[in-house]
Amino acid sequence: MGTFSQRELPTVIRRRLGVAFSLSLLAFALLVARLWYLQILQGEEMRAMSENNRIRLHRVQATRGTVLDRYGRVLIDSRPSYDAVVVPEDTPRLDLLLENLAQLIGQSASELGATLGQRGGGRPPFGDVVVRRDLSREEVIALETHQLELPGVSLRITPRRSYPLDTRLAHLLGYVGEADPAELAADPRYDMGDLVGKVGLEKRWESYLRGTNGGQQVEVDAVGRKLRVLREVEEVPGHTLRLTIDLDLQNAATAALGDRDGSIVALDPTTGEILAFANHPSFDPNLFARGIRRDEWQGLSRDKHRPLNNRAIQGQYPPGSTFKIIVATAALEEGVVNPFTRIYCPGGVRFGNHYFRCWRKGGHGSVNLHQALVQSCDSYFYQVSQRLGIDTIARYARQFGLGEPTGIDLEHEKGGTIPDSEWKQRRFKQPWYAGETLSSAIGQGYVTATPLQMANAIAMTAVGKRFRPSFVRQVETANGQVVRQEAPQVVAELSVRETTLRQIREALRDVVGAKNGTGKKARLPGIEVAGKTGTSQVVRLGVKRMKASQVPWHHRDHAWFVAYAPVEAPEIAVAAIVEHADGGGGAVAAPAVREVLEAYFRLKRERGGVKYAQN
Amino acid sequence: MLRIDRRLLAHFDWALLASVLLVVGCGLVTVLSATRGPEGLVSSVLLRQAMWVALGLVALVVVQGFDYHWLDRYAYVLYAGTVALLVATAALGAFGGGARRWISIGPIAIQPSEFAKLGLVLSLARYLHRQMEPGAGLSLRMLVVPAMLLGLPAVLVLKQPDLGTAIVLVLTTGALLLMAGLRLRLVLVLALVAVPAVPYLWQHLKPYQQRRVLTFINPDADPLGAGYHIIQSKIAIGSGMLDGKGFLHGTQNRLNFLPEQHTDFIFAVFSEEWGFIGGCVLLALYMVLLTRCFLVAWRARDNFGALVAFGLTAAIFSQVLVNIAMATGALPVVGITLPFLSYGGSSMLTCLIAVGLLLNISMRRFTF
Repeated sequence: MGTFSQRELPTVIRRRLGVAFSLSLLAFALLVARLWYLQILQGEEMRAMSENNRIRLHRVQATRGTVLDRYGRVLIDSRPSYDAVVVPEDTPRLDLLLENLAQLIGQSASELGATLGQRGGGRPPFGDVVVRRDLSREEVIALETHQLELPGVSLRITPRRSYPLDTRLAHLLGYVGEADPAELAADPRYDMGDLVGKVGLEKRWESYLRGTNGGQQVEVDAVGRKLRVLREVEEVPGHTLRLTIDLDLQNAATAALGDRDGSIVALDPTTGEILAFANHPSFDPNLFARGIRRDEWQGLSRDKHRPLNNRAIQGQYPPGSTFKIIVATAALEEGVVNPFTRIYCPGGVRFGNHYFRCWRKGGHGSVNLHQALVQSCDSYFYQVSQRLGIDTIARYARQFGLGEPTGIDLEHEKGGTIPDSEWKQRRFKQPWYAGETLSSAIGQGYVTATPLQMANAIAMTAVGKRFRPSFVRQVETANGQVVRQEAPQVVAELSVRETTLRQIREALRDVVGAKNGTGKKARLPGIEVAGKTGTSQVVRLGVKRMKASQVPWHHRDHAWFVAYAPVEAPEIAVAAIVEHADGGGGAVAAPAVREVLEAYFRLKRERGGVKYAQN
Repeated sequence: MLRIDRRLLAHFDWALLASVLLVVGCGLVTVLSATRGPEGLVSSVLLRQAMWVALGLVALVVVQGFDYHWLDRYAYVLYAGTVALLVATAALGAFGGGARRWISIGPIAIQPSEFAKLGLVLSLARYLHRQMEPGAGLSLRMLVVPAMLLGLPAVLVLKQPDLGTAIVLVLTTGALLLMAGLRLRLVLVLALVAVPAVPYLWQHLKPYQQRRVLTFINPDADPLGAGYHIIQSKIAIGSGMLDGKGFLHGTQNRLNFLPEQHTDFIFAVFSEEWGFIGGCVLLALYMVLLTRCFLVAWRARDNFGALVAFGLTAAIFSQVLVNIAMATGALPVVGITLPFLSYGGSSMLTCLIAVGLLLNISMRRFTF
């Protein structure tokens, strides 16, 4: 091995080794000096510090961002609350302390002891334990005046989330809770006890709402009283969100539903901005923010009216006759009928060995498309559906955004179902039966949609394009600097001839405006409204027609109404469903929509047309 | 391979081995104190550490037994092996403490970044000793291969992320290049080229990466995280005073004020219990070890041996110095273990293998 023939290292290398060795020895000497400084010169001081370790870390939770409506009114707020915290090492007699504390805050000493044991597990030495959250004013004063008798006890201000709307808008706003172990492990920026968005807007906009925690390195005395702050990191409060929701309109929608189960969604068809988002029944997010009790949780989750269900985006209902808007559009566009084509309605249509009934027992006589929409004639659409076929109907339904989630920024949105022959093969491994096309044409059978999807579809009918529904308009820092603005997002344009759309819109106007229209209860003085009623069957009833009051509650029909206004320059689109109503869409849902529209135009007049608060 | 040659045995460096064993002994005692349970139970951590020491000593005996020139032939293969382990860690390693650093082989978890240090030193020594010409320094062109040899494992380690080990890799490479004849003039030129690139690279870092670098440069910027740990570590060391609080009586350690007490901050545990005297004894042991290591390089009979010996010495003692400086608050906090003292199987095994190699080179200084 030629490379290894040398016997001795070159002197250059030896010189360099010498330099490196000297430098290393110098470094060691510096370390010894450092130890001398720490252990001999500062030793006394350090020993004292270690004896009752005086340097503590106090975390300051960031105040979560506020949420405002489009006119700057508070929808979610953070208020300061006082917690009682105990540092067990700071008190000579823990049992005595708990006795004293118990008397002041009206809780038994053993209870406090149990809390202390439970929450104190795994805390660092001299770490504090929250024994009682959200003290009342009287309790705060009592603790402050008796501070000397309570060594080791201190008050800590933490921001608490409050939802002044209570149950209103709860499904959209969501709620916060304390970070669970999984969330703590996933993100190092969370500390134990931090509030985290769990559901809804609180969760989806967490990164903006959260803010950054601050804290202090403080020196304390032997009983834990703060002597001085050594270092400090200021907390950065979360961002303010300005929503597109109009609180007044939200209230009107909530009132319009009253105590009936259902959902009302109102949006601006020209932008996709959601103006109102009401579900009934609902829940109070304040319960979750303060820590929900087991019985409260069970009450909510076991309620058969399912208050936790976000009906507007998760309720998948057969759209009933509101679906005829889509079938009518398809029929005109595909040319299977023209505006003058008349079809005779004797009160139903026989197909195979099944008789498909029209909702009006005596039939509508001979009707064209306009009349069929205005009076919601089922027979007309049974016939038309046979000429279109299910796959064509499905294609148009998808154009209107049905069969897939709208893309609203909320979790667990459902997409509804738009069946076609391929879907049926995939889902049931069966061919599509022609008879099923008939029930699909009137929005029954397999067809389902969410209230938000229907609001989106009627908005598309009004303006010819479809937006992604949005509810956040603007994000600002806590001191008002705009950091993000949401622009309307067009998802799709309706590829339909202008004449087709005009005919559909005229018919929808007459649904509300004409003497024999099914939706005339949505009529407003001075403003033209276009809409469509729907009454969707929950179960297939016998041949005999029954009154709603004769049917068990959970078998009653759902009442639908979708509408937009004003007809010539649409500003608002509304979809409403009332579950298991004691009447059809025209009788029950149309008046509810009317209430919302009426409120909208009244508020518009009062505000002189201002669309959102200038800030 | 393990033929006992009397001539070799005569040159065996007993002082080197003895100082290593003494430091390892200190380590076991301190790990015992750092991990003892509240009821005075001996934790399984100590048993595992003892097992790794035993395994490391076996490896040491094996490694010193063959002629180290064999390593010259297989340096790149060994290097490729350690890099492959790093790649495997990145692909299927275990996630712990926010980083992907460990890989499981049967019941044991190993940390391939430790072995990467050995692979890097061997491959650099192999490349550099062939480039060295009497009287001539290293040219810029000769830096390309070392840069690549360093870059590959360094990037993989940084991705884990393990800044501490990456720093050790860079320091070791730098020391080896200087030893092999890198001229100071060239160092200055390289620095002039590199400095303007820094602001550009900075802009391409993600905010959290920028924050990490800032905390690294200035720990006071993070008084709630690393800054708090540093204060507690300084209190632990300082409160040991002249003669310490006594074995098993360190309160800072006992009450869990110290972070990573049996790994990165083990020096604080040791100094709290044994005081200034104990700290000086430990440093003296390290200095004896250091001297013996330098002697191995000094006496090596060829450039390859000298470079391997010096590279291993640089890798071990850059860690010793950085770790103790960090624990005493003289340097920013980076995750680096204290060789021979900290708990950690892969670290212990790597260090003992390195000692085996040093003994190997030392013994064969008179043979051909």
